[in-house]
Amino acid sequence: MVAPKINLDKDMSAALQQKVQDAITQNTPLNICGSGSKHFLGRSTQGECLSLVEHRGIIEYDPRELVLTARAGTPLAGIEAELANAGQMLTFEPPHFGAAATLGGTIACGLSGPRRPYAGAARDAVLGCKIINGQGEILSFGGQVMKNVAGYDVSRLMVGAYGTLGVLLEISLKVLPRPAASLTLMHEHSTDESIRYMSHLLTQPMPVDAACHQDGHTFIRIAGSEQAVKHAQKQMGGEPVNDASAFWQSVREQQHTFFSSLKPLYRVMVKPATPALNISGNWLLDWGGAQRWLLSDEPLSVIRERVNAAGGHVNLYRNHAQSGEFFSPLPGPLFDIHQRLKLSFDPHRIFNPDRTYSGL
Amino acid sequence: MTVTKTEIIPLTPSQEGLIKSLRDLLPATAVLTDPEDLRPFECDGLSVYRRLPLVVVLPETIAQVQAIMRLCHKLQIPVVARGAGTGLSGGALPLGDGVLLSLARFKKILNIDPHNAMATVQPGVRNLAISEAAAVHGMYYAPDPSSQIACTIGGNVAENSGGVHCLKYGLTVHNILMLKIVTAEGELLTIGAETLDSPGYDLLALMSGSEGMLGIIVEVTVKLLAKPERAQVVLAAFDDVEKAGEAVGAIIAAGIIPAGLEMMDRLAIQAAEDFAHAGYPRDAEAILLCELDGSNAEVSEYILAVREVLNRSGATEVRTAADEAERHLFWKGRKSAFPAVGRISPDYYCMDGTIPRRHLPRVLRQISQWSAEYGLPVANVFHAGDGNLHPLILFDANKPGELARTEEFGQRILQLCVEVGGTITGEHGVGMEKIDQMCIQFKSAELTQFHAVKAAFDPQGLLNPGKAVPTLHRCAEFGAMHVHHGEVKHPELERF
Ligand SMILES: Cc1cc2nc3c(=O)[nH]c(=O)nc-3n(C[C@H](O)[C@H](O)[C@H](O)COP(=O)(O)OP(=O)(O)OC[C@H]3O[C@@H](n4cnc5c(N)ncnc54)[C@H](O)[C@@H]3O)c2cc1C
Repeated sequence: MVAPKINLDKDMSAALQQKVQDAITQNTPLNICGSGSKHFLGRSTQGECLSLVEHRGIIEYDPRELVLTARAGTPLAGIEAELANAGQMLTFEPPHFGAAATLGGTIACGLSGPRRPYAGAARDAVLGCKIINGQGEILSFGGQVMKNVAGYDVSRLMVGAYGTLGVLLEISLKVLPRPAASLTLMHEHSTDESIRYMSHLLTQPMPVDAACHQDGHTFIRIAGSEQAVKHAQKQMGGEPVNDASAFWQSVREQQHTFFSSLKPLYRVMVKPATPALNISGNWLLDWGGAQRWLLSDEPLSVIRERVNAAGGHVNLYRNHAQSGEFFSPLPGPLFDIHQRLKLSFDPHRIFNPDRTYSGL
Repeated sequence: MTVTKTEIIPLTPSQEGLIKSLRDLLPATAVLTDPEDLRPFECDGLSVYRRLPLVVVLPETIAQVQAIMRLCHKLQIPVVARGAGTGLSGGALPLGDGVLLSLARFKKILNIDPHNAMATVQPGVRNLAISEAAAVHGMYYAPDPSSQIACTIGGNVAENSGGVHCLKYGLTVHNILMLKIVTAEGELLTIGAETLDSPGYDLLALMSGSEGMLGIIVEVTVKLLAKPERAQVVLAAFDDVEKAGEAVGAIIAAGIIPAGLEMMDRLAIQAAEDFAHAGYPRDAEAILLCELDGSNAEVSEYILAVREVLNRSGATEVRTAADEAERHLFWKGRKSAFPAVGRISPDYYCMDGTIPRRHLPRVLRQISQWSAEYGLPVANVFHAGDGNLHPLILFDANKPGELARTEEFGQRILQLCVEVGGTITGEHGVGMEKIDQMCIQFKSAELTQFHAVKAAFDPQGLLNPGKAVPTLHRCAEFGAMHVHHGEVKHPELERF
């Protein structure tokens, strides 16, 4: 027996707007929630939960336009399934970090997966959004077209703002056809050999769409037309990896055994060709060496000093207290602009106060 | 669009004071006040707007830019930044009582770093110069506006410029990593990072397309890409514009993302052919240029697939460029389409709306109907792959009333773009030109939010005031109502 398909699509904008307006009147902060899968990221925030999970559904999707618009509470898995049906995909291969992950949470946290250096980040895919600002108004920015320079790019500003600037209601994304073929090739490399190899590939016209290094092995995923993949494999050599999609999923979702440690996990961002950093701990290099995961018991101050000296930045990720500093501190004048921007969207500071930085 | 006379008004004592202070800060050749010296700065690429600035400054160091901004902040003098002045929306139009700050002397390429796939350059570096400098490493900077031999990277960032390759490679915003900006107060800030993302809000996105309203860009770090092994272009001719429009959707539906997908209609084809002798079929109603890039074998595979789609879509002729020389010639015709049209008409007015591609046939039909009604020919050139239209309305500004009719026609086109779910500007920016049309695309609360964003960077409103975002008062006077998908917002309000 086939269970009838239940349509859960619902537009909750009006109710959500009312809740925001009530919060403004009563001066109570709101904690904007999706499924809670990214709760571990950032500082904890006070406030009543404003749940977006019922505000869901794909509003518009025409594969020929390469654009999908959905409500923020729509489960990411559902969106990906719908795209796959039409032979398309999200460009930025987002991590879910939980089966019920929503589109809104993914965009608010600005999370991107292994394909990021080669096909762009979540922010690169965002074309437009509808939000509720901190005055309780529903506003639309950007649109459903690839090119749009009318007004400031507020849609992309929402990406990675962790809900501190407004409640995301709807998001329009650029999507792409899935590559016809994909193959992962493995090489044995020391960390520095791997870094040199992965950054060398940036200078070569190769259809690389993911590159990572862990425990003496470099994994390069190539993707494109059948011919492109065949040609690249011949040029690059290495050993084809079976069940590569499970491997990349484990890296993306942080389910790889590397991440099973209970040590503090840091996200270290450096220029991709930066040689291995002298910080003790375990490393997994993703994004062709540009995003490096570090499990370490070293004090944050030591880690930060060495990462900054290499021109990078570091933030906490897992297994940390969520009460102190979480993201890399911002220089004073830049922080001032952040505070003024926050207040320009959310003058009463009701949305996720302090989630990213104390005072935002 | 009103043509502003350039008259010379005597300086007030405080203006004299400003100029004296600027001369104290800068070398003698870096401060221009003689009307003859000011003349080249009176307009950008949209020359129907002209105005002489009070003074032009040409700093060459970041410290000088900071000193200028501190001085102007102290004296509350507005500042308009300028790159090469190729902008098409009057963004760099000077203010009669303001400083025009030219970045033309910031011409150094500071660093090309192939292994980190990035280049750091000063803002006055020409777009094409970056790719030329990166070529020794087999790399290039992807966004390629047709004006790339002249326009500056600072201007590209300020306009979030696109090019014929942005369907696959994105706009400026997708291809920059880090900026150094000087704020209205004279503070030097780093926005973004050399890393793939940076802590805090995405101010890099906010700066892209900010039209000189949020800060002066004094350094740009761009992403470089490896040059594809091969690029090849297919030219297809059609006896009907709408068929060409359909073919665009069909190529994308086949799962192919061309590096570029451009369309020109009959008038544009003929003008371009006369100008560039690109070998376009003169009798076609429309042509498509479809560029495919990648490895050699991959490109061959795509060409076969694209040819098949084009034939199925009713192309009357499908031609693959025989060699690199012919490929360049095909593109030369397209990239010189604006100047080419400029030769066949005393004046032309370039529109820049973007629409969801599925509405292409409807919008084209409407434009040609209006063209007949207004008696103003239109040449259509567009970035078809991403729905960005450039209808060029041909007119003669010397004929009484023709400019006004052209403007009205243009405004109707932009309104139609908004109605079908698109935008009034895909890549040329709002500037001075489309400021009234912003009232059609955005509601009052949205415009108010834009003003608040500006104030977060520039509380006194000294950077390029009066451009890009209209005041609510201006919208009320303009009398346009916000339209979205055909519905009029605030139907309860009376129309002014
Ligand atoms: C023939 C022709 C073809 C064109 N084709 C294209 C095209 O294909 N795609 C496209 O997108 N555009 C195109 N354009 C438009 C134009 O070239 C672009 O907008 C370009 O980016 C402008 O660069 P510019 O250096 O000339 O800037 P300007 O015109 O000098 O300035 C543009 C705006 O940027 C601001 N600005 C400039 N420099 C800075 C800075 N350093 N800091 C802060 N603000 C700054 C100015 O205040 C102004 O608002 C074309 C123009 C012409 C004339």
